[in-house]
Amino acid sequence: MEPLKCCRKILTIGLLAGVSATASAQMMINGAGATFPYPIYSKWFDEYAKVDPSVRFNYQSIGSGGGQKQILSQTVDFGASDGPMSDDNLAKAPGKIFHIPTVAGANVVAYNLPGNPSLKLDADTIAGTFLGKINKWNDPKITALNPGVKLPDQEIIVVHRSDGSGTTYIWTDYLSKISPEWKTKVGTNTSVNWPTGIGGKGNEGVSGQIKQTPGALGYVELIYAIQNKMPYAEVKNSAGKFIKPSLESITTAMATAQIPDDFRFSITNAAGSDSYPICGATWLLVYEQQKDPAKGKKLVEFLKWALTKGENMAKDLKYAPLPDSVRDRVLKRVDEIKT
Amino acid sequence: MTVAASILVEEHSARTRMAPASRIGDKAFEWLTLAMALAVVVLVILIGWQLWQGSSLAIKKFGFHFLTTSTWDPVAEQFGALPFIYGTLVSSLIALLIAVPLSIATAAYLTELAPPWIRQPLVSLIEMLAAIPSVILGLWGIFVMVPWLREYPFPLLKRFLGWTPFFTGPMYGPSMLAGGIIIAIMILPIITSVSREILRSVPDLQREAAYALGATRWEATRIAVLSYAKKGLFGAVILGLGRALGETMAVTMVIGNTPQIAASLFKPGYTLASVIANEFTEATTDIYLQALFEIGLVLLGITILVNLLAQLLLHTITTTSATRAVQ
Repeated sequence: MEPLKCCRKILTIGLLAGVSATASAQMMINGAGATFPYPIYSKWFDEYAKVDPSVRFNYQSIGSGGGQKQILSQTVDFGASDGPMSDDNLAKAPGKIFHIPTVAGANVVAYNLPGNPSLKLDADTIAGTFLGKINKWNDPKITALNPGVKLPDQEIIVVHRSDGSGTTYIWTDYLSKISPEWKTKVGTNTSVNWPTGIGGKGNEGVSGQIKQTPGALGYVELIYAIQNKMPYAEVKNSAGKFIKPSLESITTAMATAQIPDDFRFSITNAAGSDSYPICGATWLLVYEQQKDPAKGKKLVEFLKWALTKGENMAKDLKYAPLPDSVRDRVLKRVDEIKT
Repeated sequence: MTVAASILVEEHSARTRMAPASRIGDKAFEWLTLAMALAVVVLVILIGWQLWQGSSLAIKKFGFHFLTTSTWDPVAEQFGALPFIYGTLVSSLIALLIAVPLSIATAAYLTELAPPWIRQPLVSLIEMLAAIPSVILGLWGIFVMVPWLREYPFPLLKRFLGWTPFFTGPMYGPSMLAGGIIIAIMILPIITSVSREILRSVPDLQREAAYALGATRWEATRIAVLSYAKKGLFGAVILGLGRALGETMAVTMVIGNTPQIAASLFKPGYTLASVIANEFTEATTDIYLQALFEIGLVLLGITILVNLLAQLLLHTITTTSATRAVQ
């Protein structure tokens, strides 16, 4: 009898605690979408809980497609996407949706060659390889860019993402800009009809495939190449300079790119002599007119914090922060959110 | 004679006397089990209906061409499922070709030949294989199996069987064959476990009769055990095939994910389940999403069709062998 009573007591206390917790309910703000910024977003939500304990964030990294869908059907308070929303999708929205860029990342061209020499590539060779036109490592076009590097007479095995992803969006956006043939034959999307190569699932799948396959070449996010200690190429930018991808060269690309007023921009192949050409931003998607004023106010407060204090945490997690010029414009946009 | 008859009568009256007491319970039990059985049927119908609903636009737009064309282009929004259907069937077939002989031989060894000190550890090991999560097998596939296949078995296959169209062309590693092999590993435990249970249920009388007729161990196993258990073993294979058709994660990681139809098993392929897993989360346009739903519908259809064909095959095998036995 005694233990049973004890159990009941614990149960009652537990129940009471549960009730009191819901009584002083924290506000819950729900978001869903992109997987690429998930590590930094969760860091932000974590840190922000210390700044404002009355609000909690719940973010589900279900993918950009899911993020766009959920903000359109208003099942979340904010969406997140690695690519800007299309005109078609925006037209479906019940209200005006703001694109709030947060951080940016880069795709690097990683490869697996004997001795892993450092390589230089340009638009022509990258597009040629991915179109299946350049298929040997010792192709004259590649050797011309890399004098002094002994390239083997070996087949280039192209590796790409098999799953739909923002990374692929950035990659195909870059290829469409630099190669008219790619633009008409393949195009830009989160997944495309690849002319050549084998598909690996996720950044880990692609980097695994590259590491295991001699002669492989593919694209992965910068952080994966750093973590896996894979060699990656310097890429010639639109100013004709070879740039090693780094957080600084991504931020520079954003500072020099043309950024329209709705922030649906692309920073691939940006102008500027120090810009790395294959990078892209990630966005939060919020309605201009917030349905719930209390929640809307808290969301705006958070966005302002994220764009100022939050941006300073980006580099530690290997994300490129927004350049000041862009950040100031974005902060003005956040002020326009009506609650 | 009379004694037997009176026992029969007594038994009969006992049954009628017992019946009223348990009728409600019996009925309730019958209804309960019926409801459970129907729930499964309803579930399958609901899934099919949901997939049909989800893909109505795509079905209207592409019609029958969806099943017969090979272009999968999310940018141009042209979708055809043929390479995925091909990949699913071929990779499952490879898996069965490898796993079935292995599994049945293992099961036969475990029930007929293995000494007890080997049997128990082996059974546990096989069951442990079934417990390895799919994604782990996939990672092992990328980092261990595929490089090894590319290094040793693939060149051997090319050397000795290169004259067939199945083992030609460059060997990247990730390929239809690698996909089939990883599925084989995944369906091995289920076919082995079920086969073992079936072989164990073969009455010892069968074996004793065979030995009494002077059969060797091999003959006894072949005639008295395997032949007797044929139907059950076939069922085990069908269970394995069901898993093979729907296997997703590990296959996606080693098959190369390229929607093409190529005779060479060294070339990368793609399966229905893989394309859904790969592209569903980032499908932003309606028709794209609907096409993926239709892929799901096709997969469900193929699974049902293959099972029906297998049932038919089983039926023909058992009836012909029965008539042969009578003759």
